[in-house]
Amino acid sequence: MDLTYTQEEESFRAGLREWLARTLPQLPARPDPLDWPGRRAYDMGWQRRLYDAGYAGLHWPVDAGGRGATPTQHLIFLEETEKAGAPYVGANFVGLLHAGPTIASEGTPGQRARWLPPVLRGDEVWCQGFSEPDAGSDLASLRTRAWRDGDDYVVSGSKIWTSHAEVADWCELLVRTTPVSEDVPKHRGITWLAMPMDAPGITVRPLRTLAGSTEFAEMFLDEVRVPVANRVGAENDGWRVTMVTLSYERGTAFVGEVVACRRVLGELAREARKNGRWDDAVLRRRLGRLGAEFGALWRLTQWNVSESQRAGTGVPGIGGSVFKLRYSHARQELYEAAGEVLGAGALDLDHEWTLDRLSSLSYTIAAGTSQIQQNIVAERILGLPKGR
Amino acid sequence: MDFQLTEDQQALKSGVRELLEGRFGGEALRAAVGPGDASGSEVPSLDRNLWRELGDAGFFSLRVPEAQGGVGLALPEAVLAFEEAGRVLLPGPLVATFLAARDVAGAAQGVTVVTAPYGGLVPWLDAADVAQGDVSGAVPLRSVDPLTPLHRVSASTPSSAPSSREGSEGGAEADLLLAAEQLGSAARTCEMAVQYARERTQFGQPIGAFQAVKHLCAQMLVRAEVARVAVYAAAVTGDVLEIAGAKLLADEAAVRNARDCLQVHGGMGFTWEADVHLHLKRAWVRAGLGQSAARAEEELAAAL
Repeated sequence: MDLTYTQEEESFRAGLREWLARTLPQLPARPDPLDWPGRRAYDMGWQRRLYDAGYAGLHWPVDAGGRGATPTQHLIFLEETEKAGAPYVGANFVGLLHAGPTIASEGTPGQRARWLPPVLRGDEVWCQGFSEPDAGSDLASLRTRAWRDGDDYVVSGSKIWTSHAEVADWCELLVRTTPVSEDVPKHRGITWLAMPMDAPGITVRPLRTLAGSTEFAEMFLDEVRVPVANRVGAENDGWRVTMVTLSYERGTAFVGEVVACRRVLGELAREARKNGRWDDAVLRRRLGRLGAEFGALWRLTQWNVSESQRAGTGVPGIGGSVFKLRYSHARQELYEAAGEVLGAGALDLDHEWTLDRLSSLSYTIAAGTSQIQQNIVAERILGLPKGR
Repeated sequence: MDFQLTEDQQALKSGVRELLEGRFGGEALRAAVGPGDASGSEVPSLDRNLWRELGDAGFFSLRVPEAQGGVGLALPEAVLAFEEAGRVLLPGPLVATFLAARDVAGAAQGVTVVTAPYGGLVPWLDAADVAQGDVSGAVPLRSVDPLTPLHRVSASTPSSAPSSREGSEGGAEADLLLAAEQLGSAARTCEMAVQYARERTQFGQPIGAFQAVKHLCAQMLVRAEVARVAVYAAAVTGDVLEIAGAKLLADEAAVRNARDCLQVHGGMGFTWEADVHLHLKRAWVRAGLGQSAARAEEELAAAL
């Protein structure tokens, strides 16, 4: 067990720090968090700066346009950018962390050349068309149909919780190409398509979250034509292709956020000392406990990254479910504590922590609810029987 | 950075597990505990042969430099060994003897049994050859753990440790070793619950097929794994705050996992025959021996 970083890793860190210190002051003012078109422009501008400096797709394979960095370097990147208060991946989340890695791993050379560079350059935004009204955590139950017509798939159905649909150029879309039957179980018969968001027949209706934001939407698909050439992986093999994507989501997608939570915790303590709430021993101890919690979650991150590095896959193992379960609740706890520290200020929507407190409520739901994650841990790690 | 066990560490861990399971497995544990009759007044005796075998195997001298006849390993290795001790509920004042291995003659060999007051309690005082620190006025209490006799020391003695270890690395190191034992216990009770949930059937299927039981087990694993990385990382850095956090999380994992394990076992879990209660009681004792949750939280808060 070695928690020290190599000289090479440390010099990578130093170079990154230096670049961040130079670059961050040049950024434009942050847009209103509820203004998604504004956020798209801001987030993609940041991505462009990363690209120009050689930090885009750091952990992507070199032949996919990335730098082929080790998982540890990627960890350092996420740690340092968050510590420096750099912008979050934001609107580029799906492209960089879902669709991109999927295409990099499963796409043809032509598909990689078409779709990956614009993601890294910050030219094109992707959204995720996975969930449906009757297929949320039970993703394999999706019913949006697609049938072949010449060189196209014709797609009809509806999607929901489609993150960033309002501002996206492309959608990573899961469709059913073979109906469920005795011969075709629901995990088969699903296909992964890249759907251009300007195709005729797509209606996007933004959904307002309880935080007031429109970061996701309903999407209605009425005989939308998607070229067969836009299929990633084989027909009916979309479930396997998707699992490649989800393992990323549950592994490294939250690394920067742990660092952010530790920073916020420090700010909470400073605020409490300033406004007198620090004298409350119950609150003080609660913050102390969160210190242990986020300290351990950071170590768990390092553990998982080291594990994937040893495995040589770069893809985090199933330990990602353990992390997500604990982290999503810890994050909610953190912002509950923030509410206590702020007192009446916690009721002010203009306070940054109030929006974060509201958005933290999604963490135990998005990317597989905590209940589903517990089933995954119980069945796939502990080997308990399937059932109800 | 490579935060995973090295091959040597894996070998050490499985070696200690093999040794302990062979020498103090489930049957030995039950024999040591006895039938648990209502009087519950018997004070257990320390198995001196076992203690010497541990000494011969290098358990107590793990951290003593090779030049002084020890094994010359570091804190992470000690933690792995203590995790295994926690798994099998190895009885005796392990931490105090281990920490005394360099200073007290015979401790490293398992010939001299050393105890010390810690957290206002002294384990195994009557069985020990040496008590480090002030144990004057120690009063026996009827210990909740059938394998850990306890004395209480007066309140004027600081609730932490004797002068040689007070507020020093020694105190933190004892906390970390206790946390490692808690980790072993938490991992073990998780395994016990999972095993029972696979075997026990109700309503025509294993109870582990029911979500309510699954979710208990999943949370047990999460607690144990979070405690594991906290304990291992604290062993690598030796950082006092990190050790405080590790003790806090490991105490919680051991106690909560034992309670959930008991719940999964249902009525059987409430009996003396199931080993679950032994894990719970020892977890309570270890939580009481080291730094308390309240103090750890205050220390961690002060550092924010």
